[in-house]
Amino acid sequence: MTAVRVSAARRVSWVDRFLTVLRVTLIALIAAGLVAFVAQQISVDNAFARWRNPDATGLTAPQLKGLIVTGVAQGSMYGLIALGYSMVYGVLGFINFAHGEVFMLGAMSGFVASTKLSNAGYWESNFIGSFVIIVIIAILVSTTAAVLMERVAYRPLRDSPRLIPLITSIGVSFFIQNAVLGLLGPGSHSYPQLPVWLSKNRSILTFDVPGTKIMVMLVAAVSMAVLWWVVERTKTGKAMRAVAEDKEIAALMGINVDRTIVLTFAIGGAMAGIAGILWGISFRGVTHLTGFLPGIKAFTAAVVGGVGNLGGAMAGGVSLGAAESLGPQLVLEPLGVSGVSQLRDAVAFTALVVVLLFKPSGLFGERLSEDERA
Amino acid sequence: MSPVLSIHDLTITFGGLDALSELNFEVNEGEIVSVIGPNGAGKTTFFNAITNLVTPTSGDIRLDGESIVGLEPYQVTELGIGRTFQNVRLFPNMTILENVMVAQHCRTHQHALGALLQTKAFRQEEKEIRERGIEVLSFFGSRLTGYRLDQPAFMLSYANRRRLEIARAMATQPRLVLLDEPVAGMNPKESSELTTLIGRLRSEWGFTIVMIEHDMGVVRDVSDRVVVLDHGVTIAQGSYDEVSNDPQVIEAYLGRPAEEAS
Amino acid sequence: MTDIASPRSLLNQDWRRIAKIGSVTGLSLIFFALIGMLVQLDTRHIIRQYLSLGYLTVIWLPVMAGLVVVKEAELEGVTVHRKGPRELLTGALTGVLAGAGLSVLVVLVDNFDLREPLVNWSPQLLDQLTFGNGVGFGIVIWLVIGAGLGLLGSSLTVVPPLASRAVKAALLTLILVSILETAITDLFQGFSLSFITDAVYAKRGALTLTSSIILAAVVIAISVGLSGRGSQLRDSYDSLAAPQRRTTNISLSTAGIVALLVLPLFLGKIMNELLANVGLFVLLALGLNIVVGLAGILDLGYVAFFAVGGYTTAVLTSPNSPWIAPQLHFGIVILIVIVVAGIIGLAVGAPVIRMRGDYLAIVTLGFGEIIRLLFLSDWLSPYFGGAQGITNIPPVDLGFAEVKGSDPRSVFYLVIFFCAIAIYVSWRLQGSRLGRAWMAIREDEKVAEAMGINTVTAKLAAFVVGAILASFSGAIFAAKVGSIFPSSFLILVSIIILVVVIVGGMGNITGVIVGAIVLIGVLGGPKQPGLLQELGLYKLLIYGAILVFMMLKRPEGLVPNVRRSHELHQEEFLQDAWLRGEVDHDAEADEEENAS
Repeated sequence: MTAVRVSAARRVSWVDRFLTVLRVTLIALIAAGLVAFVAQQISVDNAFARWRNPDATGLTAPQLKGLIVTGVAQGSMYGLIALGYSMVYGVLGFINFAHGEVFMLGAMSGFVASTKLSNAGYWESNFIGSFVIIVIIAILVSTTAAVLMERVAYRPLRDSPRLIPLITSIGVSFFIQNAVLGLLGPGSHSYPQLPVWLSKNRSILTFDVPGTKIMVMLVAAVSMAVLWWVVERTKTGKAMRAVAEDKEIAALMGINVDRTIVLTFAIGGAMAGIAGILWGISFRGVTHLTGFLPGIKAFTAAVVGGVGNLGGAMAGGVSLGAAESLGPQLVLEPLGVSGVSQLRDAVAFTALVVVLLFKPSGLFGERLSEDERA
Repeated sequence: MSPVLSIHDLTITFGGLDALSELNFEVNEGEIVSVIGPNGAGKTTFFNAITNLVTPTSGDIRLDGESIVGLEPYQVTELGIGRTFQNVRLFPNMTILENVMVAQHCRTHQHALGALLQTKAFRQEEKEIRERGIEVLSFFGSRLTGYRLDQPAFMLSYANRRRLEIARAMATQPRLVLLDEPVAGMNPKESSELTTLIGRLRSEWGFTIVMIEHDMGVVRDVSDRVVVLDHGVTIAQGSYDEVSNDPQVIEAYLGRPAEEAS
Repeated sequence: MTDIASPRSLLNQDWRRIAKIGSVTGLSLIFFALIGMLVQLDTRHIIRQYLSLGYLTVIWLPVMAGLVVVKEAELEGVTVHRKGPRELLTGALTGVLAGAGLSVLVVLVDNFDLREPLVNWSPQLLDQLTFGNGVGFGIVIWLVIGAGLGLLGSSLTVVPPLASRAVKAALLTLILVSILETAITDLFQGFSLSFITDAVYAKRGALTLTSSIILAAVVIAISVGLSGRGSQLRDSYDSLAAPQRRTTNISLSTAGIVALLVLPLFLGKIMNELLANVGLFVLLALGLNIVVGLAGILDLGYVAFFAVGGYTTAVLTSPNSPWIAPQLHFGIVILIVIVVAGIIGLAVGAPVIRMRGDYLAIVTLGFGEIIRLLFLSDWLSPYFGGAQGITNIPPVDLGFAEVKGSDPRSVFYLVIFFCAIAIYVSWRLQGSRLGRAWMAIREDEKVAEAMGINTVTAKLAAFVVGAILASFSGAIFAAKVGSIFPSSFLILVSIIILVVVIVGGMGNITGVIVGAIVLIGVLGGPKQPGLLQELGLYKLLIYGAILVFMMLKRPEGLVPNVRRSHELHQEEFLQDAWLRGEVDHDAEADEEENAS
């Protein structure tokens, strides 16, 4: 029984008025920022552009393109992580807060494997081969972690109100972070140097793109395609969708619900593992806290794209990456905010707040059965 | 006499399917009306629409001639509609007394400050809430009172949970009470007792009652009027005897005579 | 009814269970060793020269495994066998398997070099695992130790309950007395009884072997001598009539309050500092208890209000505040803090309050981070000092005394005052119209709304009350530390407070206070050390593990709710009666009715 409430004729309370004001203000601010940006692009000495930010210089075309490429590459990693949130949410209806740590474990295992390979000289002599190896290792580690997590922490809680598994997953997240800290020590762990042929810039459609970013986007696209094929075209995928729809009925139809849920975690884990490697390749440094921020942002991406919607998760990831990369320069800087690059994370969180402000149950608002408690 | 509750052309659509379509319905002051119909006929949706847990796709619901469509559920309760749920939904970790005390929320006014300063008005109101709570609980004899008052609700037996739910609806001081399958899962002795109590709800407490019920014995014993729903449409209306002989109703219940279904 | 049969034969074992529990324990031991607990914690001794905290962290686990592996669910109608040598064997075997984990580790560390990437894979670890006696010895000794510990664990269930209780009490006392050394020495010194602690503790800390043996003997003697008195006491308390019970309660709590107020006078600086920190967290936890425990709103950005209180105080009192520096008095500042926290509580609460519980959790977490990032940013640094923070916050001048960080005792009293307010507020609200509305929302939000509760305003009220209590804590924190930086307000703080509330039992005021005292007191806060300073490295790991454990095993919290447990007791009685076919719930009620 759906409980979508239309706000049409409701008596307006002060909370609603406040929210309306908030929505309008936010939109107005973003619009003003964008207009100011456009104005300053047209002419730097434009009065409107000068109004808030006297030092505005605007962006050159290559700078803007660079920001877009960075945003999209970063966003495709968010998208890969978001798939895990989205799938688990679709099937079990709770936010697996520890999914960011699964991603971190992937990045960490990639670091360990790549240093070992580099010590053996294989990393330098055969990068592609090494890359495939570390991806496989990261997938194995992340998948194992995700599956173990489900088995130990979430399966016993399957029928509890959904805040309980959420709190549990916060605990799991904390535990994994600090276990990695204890095992591998503090500080940033660096991936070995990438080969020159990879990191050098290439020109695609007038965009000057660093090779690593091409690789990131390529791998993300391929993984996404494989995932899509698995979910849409195989029996496993069908089972997953059935379990997401209704666990009891799926079980009656002869679907092994436990196995399907484990598979969901495994596939989500594998995607996070791949994202981990891509992260390591792009930023090289990995710490035990690497999973936290990308995790939250990936969750944001999942919400933006509509939880349970796989294509949406990827699209959400890319748009969040772009927003995070462009937002500070396009909106905040023209508004006269100083030190905007520090506010990237704040922009990402604000995006989450804004989306949920307009759509309290996410962009696509999923089904809510009668007995499900918030 | 103007109707307490009147519903005009109420339609509710879920994902393209009509759960209710163009339903018309009226309840007069002091009436006991039963809504019956096979599973999936839209009975519970009907209740959810009246209490605004579900928003109608079209149509109008009026309480004393005023439209209540689009109000928040708590406002509907404030206007005088109390209800119970088909799958008993108490506040399990609150005590029995607290369950009925919390239901008087919209009838009371003390704010946090009163509680912090323990003002006279606050203590007076607390006392009244308590007494009224015990009063509604006493309606069910000693089952929910005495030492039980301070027990959490999850400790109650099934039948007592149903009774407490009715007590909680009574505590909201409604004019109209919606009972969703009040005797479901009770044994014959318990349900015949509850049937009497439903009668007393009207005679002693002055409630107007709309009830969803599958137990035809109960329906026959208490209802002034029976409304039969099937697939979101009213297929028959009238006294129990009229309805139970209606060929359409018999067909809706898979051809079984309604008497046998009891 | 339950049959008690003679012990099972020695080899009639549940091999799978042994293998499972044994190997999980073994793996955990390897994990403990590899995160460095053995090596890093070796410096803190429990019994001087004989047992260090490092070894303690690996030996308690096989004991627990031994205890758990022989535990059987006692169900109605299931034959229960008397425990005997078979159970001892079970425990020992499990212990051997657990110990084998470390034996394997000895072999591995000896043969492979994994120091890169595992930082604790060191010769020192090998040395400690083998007790410096070579690999062969190491392998054998861990099997033996494991067997012994497993045996100990299982024997606790085999021996008569009296003996088992005495042994457990002795072990627990030894560990507690050793862990609480700083506190105990400090306290005894305050009463000029240091000769006792001098005798009990070794010169460089920890118990001496002699003193621990004596202590254990004393505890065992007391425990045997007192057997049954504890429950007798509780029974006599239970049998008290309501007014008498009230008097008892009042006199007990008065005694507690007096002790709490007098105690700090006899404590040294370190202990008072600890108490002050614990108090700050009690205050925070009481606030979060209203939000999470009563109203069921999972607010993960709770630390934001702590920050708001801290920054408001800093800006209004410090002469170094970069923006306005009115240098107001703390008393006035507190009033402004209430208003500011209330407004920010509303502003943050309003957009999130309609969201579903889990989205709300993540969004509040986002808000918590946004507020910290804003305090940290260059953009707002002209107002809040950015990463440099605001320094030189003056002490609180109370006229007759000054509350400042260098005098933790004064801070403690100030904190106690605010805790008292928080307790009063929680207690009164819980029993009011608003408190009942919160609980109803926590139980079932939709039904609460259908019962006439305006859930939006009720939830916002919870948010605001929580925000104000947290901001008090922030204000005192600012005055105590004397300076304030964005790095004090990590999301970590929110999560640690959440653990405290959950361990104490959501909605249970006493539980939350006890939880804060135990967790923050022993493990410490996010930056504040606890009694077990050495555990600092593993603090967060332990908090995470506690959170998972609590959710899986005891979601209602560890500290029993007095009212609840009393009732459960009654219910059990009724259930037993019902099982015996003596009473039928409804029939019983009917009879009462007929009688009246």
